[in-house]
Amino acid sequence: MTSTKPSSAAKGAPAESAPAAALHVGTSDPRTLIMNNLRQSGIFVALVVIVALFAFLTDGLSLSPGNITNIVLQYSYILVLAIGMVIVIIGGHIDLSVGSVVALTGAVSAVVVIRQGQPWWVGVIAAVAVGLAVGAWHGFWVAYVGIPAFIVTLAGMLLFRGLTLRVLDNISLSPFPTEYNQIAAGFLNGLIGGDGYDAFTLLIGGIAVAGYVVSGFRTRVARIRYQQPVESFALFVARMALVGAVVMWFAWQLANARGLPIVLIILAALVLVYGLLTRRTVFGRQVYAIGGNLSAAMLSGVKVRTVNFWIFVNMGFLSAVAGIIFSSRSNGAQPAAGNMFELDAIAAAFIGGAAVTGGVGTVVGAMVGGLIMAVMSNGMQLMGVDQSMQSVVKGLVLLVAVAFDVYNKRRAGAAR
Amino acid sequence: MDDNILEMRRITKTFPGVAALQDVTLAVRRGEIHAICGENGAGKSTLMKVLSGVYPSGSYEGEILFDGKPVDFRGIRDSESHGIVIIHQELALVPYLSIAENIFLGNERRGRGGLIDWNRTNADAAKLLASVGLHENPVTPVVQLGVGKQQLVEIAKALSKEVKLLILDEPTAALNDIDSAHLLDLMRRLRDQGITCIMISHKLNEITSIADSTTVLRDGRTVERLEMGSGEVTQERIIRGMVGRDLDSFYPDRVSVPGAEVLRIEDWTVRHPTQDRLVVDGATLDVRAGEVVGIAGLMGAGRTELAMSVFGRSYGRDISGRLYMHGREIKARSVAEAISNGIAYATEDRKRFGLNLIEDIRRNVSSAGLRKLARFGWVHDNEETRVAETSRRDMNIKAPSVMSVVGKLSGGNQQKVVLSKWLFTDPDVLILDEPTRGIDVGAKFEIYTIINRLVADGKAVVMISSELPELLGMCDRIYTLSGGRITGVLPVAEATQERLMELMAKDKEPVR
Repeated sequence: MTSTKPSSAAKGAPAESAPAAALHVGTSDPRTLIMNNLRQSGIFVALVVIVALFAFLTDGLSLSPGNITNIVLQYSYILVLAIGMVIVIIGGHIDLSVGSVVALTGAVSAVVVIRQGQPWWVGVIAAVAVGLAVGAWHGFWVAYVGIPAFIVTLAGMLLFRGLTLRVLDNISLSPFPTEYNQIAAGFLNGLIGGDGYDAFTLLIGGIAVAGYVVSGFRTRVARIRYQQPVESFALFVARMALVGAVVMWFAWQLANARGLPIVLIILAALVLVYGLLTRRTVFGRQVYAIGGNLSAAMLSGVKVRTVNFWIFVNMGFLSAVAGIIFSSRSNGAQPAAGNMFELDAIAAAFIGGAAVTGGVGTVVGAMVGGLIMAVMSNGMQLMGVDQSMQSVVKGLVLLVAVAFDVYNKRRAGAAR
Repeated sequence: MDDNILEMRRITKTFPGVAALQDVTLAVRRGEIHAICGENGAGKSTLMKVLSGVYPSGSYEGEILFDGKPVDFRGIRDSESHGIVIIHQELALVPYLSIAENIFLGNERRGRGGLIDWNRTNADAAKLLASVGLHENPVTPVVQLGVGKQQLVEIAKALSKEVKLLILDEPTAALNDIDSAHLLDLMRRLRDQGITCIMISHKLNEITSIADSTTVLRDGRTVERLEMGSGEVTQERIIRGMVGRDLDSFYPDRVSVPGAEVLRIEDWTVRHPTQDRLVVDGATLDVRAGEVVGIAGLMGAGRTELAMSVFGRSYGRDISGRLYMHGREIKARSVAEAISNGIAYATEDRKRFGLNLIEDIRRNVSSAGLRKLARFGWVHDNEETRVAETSRRDMNIKAPSVMSVVGKLSGGNQQKVVLSKWLFTDPDVLILDEPTRGIDVGAKFEIYTIINRLVADGKAVVMISSELPELLGMCDRIYTLSGGRITGVLPVAEATQERLMELMAKDKEPVR
């Protein structure tokens, strides 16, 4: 396997100040870059191909402003679940209960807000509290009693579905007051005007791009200061420009539809926070360590039980967030809400490169995996593909994605 | 002309970018025990995989003659049908099946209608067990047997396939001295029955005592073939072939200047986690700064159990006794507490308990001391990389970069990563459990040098080892453990292998 060596340019110029060096050192050898990021770039390429494929098959309809907005609204709760699920999977567990927990938290919120007439935020707090309690329940059995998560959450799936039915007395509750409905159906627009488009959405897009560029440059400077390998400056600029262009195009499409969906802001914040949490915090590292080798983690002083417990509490929390978004979007609570959501979330994590055995996976990967599923489902709906065929295609994509991963690993292993 | 059962001629096997074997020649006479030695990475396992068909005919160059006829094996079944059976280092038995079921797995004794004939299965298994000298009921589940006995089951399984050429990969690596001796005896008996054996081993004393001839590999090439019959080939002679030079000494010199006491363990008693017996019984020992203290004991004496229970109660229950660091009593109720008190424990099984094999060097080095790299829970990842780079340089870890995945490193380099990981926690005492197990000669010497450097810096080292020469070569004092009890402590000047063995075998009756 090719591996990066510290670039000779960086080594040769230790006296130079890092910010100045950031402009002209680094490798642009495509082989090095591609081999280093094969798995990561693989799913991005897959996403691009699938987006292009459906744009072609639907005569560009899938990339229309209205449809882009639709995808965001329609799949946000799956992506929220996938964030929690990928962390659970990295830790070497699985959670089959999230669909039921989405239903339960949505139901509790509906009972509080609709039946009891409390303000919308009381419903939100109640749903989050229930989610945390469910997570603590799972965490207790998995971490402290030592029951495999598959069993605990399978039980949870039945248990919390049953409780949902009890809470709702087997009937649907609707509608929510407007404020609650705004969480998933609302938009921020018109705040600073715009001529046929929403300038505020573009502004937020611009801020996001600027933030990405600044943090990218700071990372680069820090890496050079520590004589770490970096890409060449031209490539760095190209990468920034590409990401910037994609984000701004995306913002432009939203601005031309209904503006910035509130749920997108929630999702972006979660991705940012959890991306950092998994990569940059002690807790995140310990999750990877536990999933990679439980015994070694234990003998390295990782408090395995505590970490496992919080993994599930976190999953409960994110299930509640998804439950709020889903109930808000459907403007009510149904006994059968969230059915099979767990499978979509699990599929997103695995398509995004998580390993069944634990220890491998990223939040960004799970997001891309989720988007692949979302774009496919949405595209097939636009094309009027039969529900049954949609299921067949999704199943095959999951299988192929993981098979590709296994094949890659085996090849890497044989190259030794 | 010799009567060779096997000739491998000019075998070349390349993987993308590396030639694992180049023009390797191997000739094995009928009815001999032939040893293959070489450092890790010399190509021993690759050569055996070529022979057994794991790498099928066509994926390598050269020819194989078996019984004088050229053969092209497409897979393991193919080579087994010719009577070539390989027993791997990691035993391949199914734990919850019985001995008999394991022996005939894939080769079941069938009766009428294709159903398994249990009477014949168990009766045949009993015969095979008798022939390998294992006195166990064939219906016993394999999981209830120790490693030594499992090894014998593997051999019985090979015999059931009417083996002509038996290949044993590191057969005694996991065995204690007594079980090893049994196994070597069995190999001699098999030879006398006309079964040819190839043995891959790092234990040169076993090779000099049992092998009729030896092939030495180095860097994927055959270096030489040595005839052992005359008794003139010494361990030093074999090592010269393996490393291409004379090692002036197995063990680097060190001036011993023990300082103040660092760790004292008093009256330490540990009960087995599931059974009602004591595995450590009233052990008391101490180690000083700048000192290497050895712990010798047979398998099951409680060495690892003692170390792990001290290290944050990672083993056993009802632990009692006292721990002192620098004369002050400490509590180490969890691994985290043990680490913060300056204790480090490098496990005997680095793959299972020591490393996250799917992660890179960087993440493994930082894993036990991550909090030192973090502020408010945030990890400083560039600093982490710098720490790993420093370790890679200081420890001479051979890897393209600190981003290399640990699972792909050789045993010696993996062990250096384990040591780096524990040194990063800045311990005062390091407990090293079998620090050189499964490591080749050159890397062993490097590990010894690192240990000496640590004690020169004032660290205290406790070294657990099954290899008595290693303890005699490295330690200042050696404790002996038997049945969970300390049976003696000898300054190295007074210790010999014989005296240590005597103390290790003392008081063998199980405690309470």
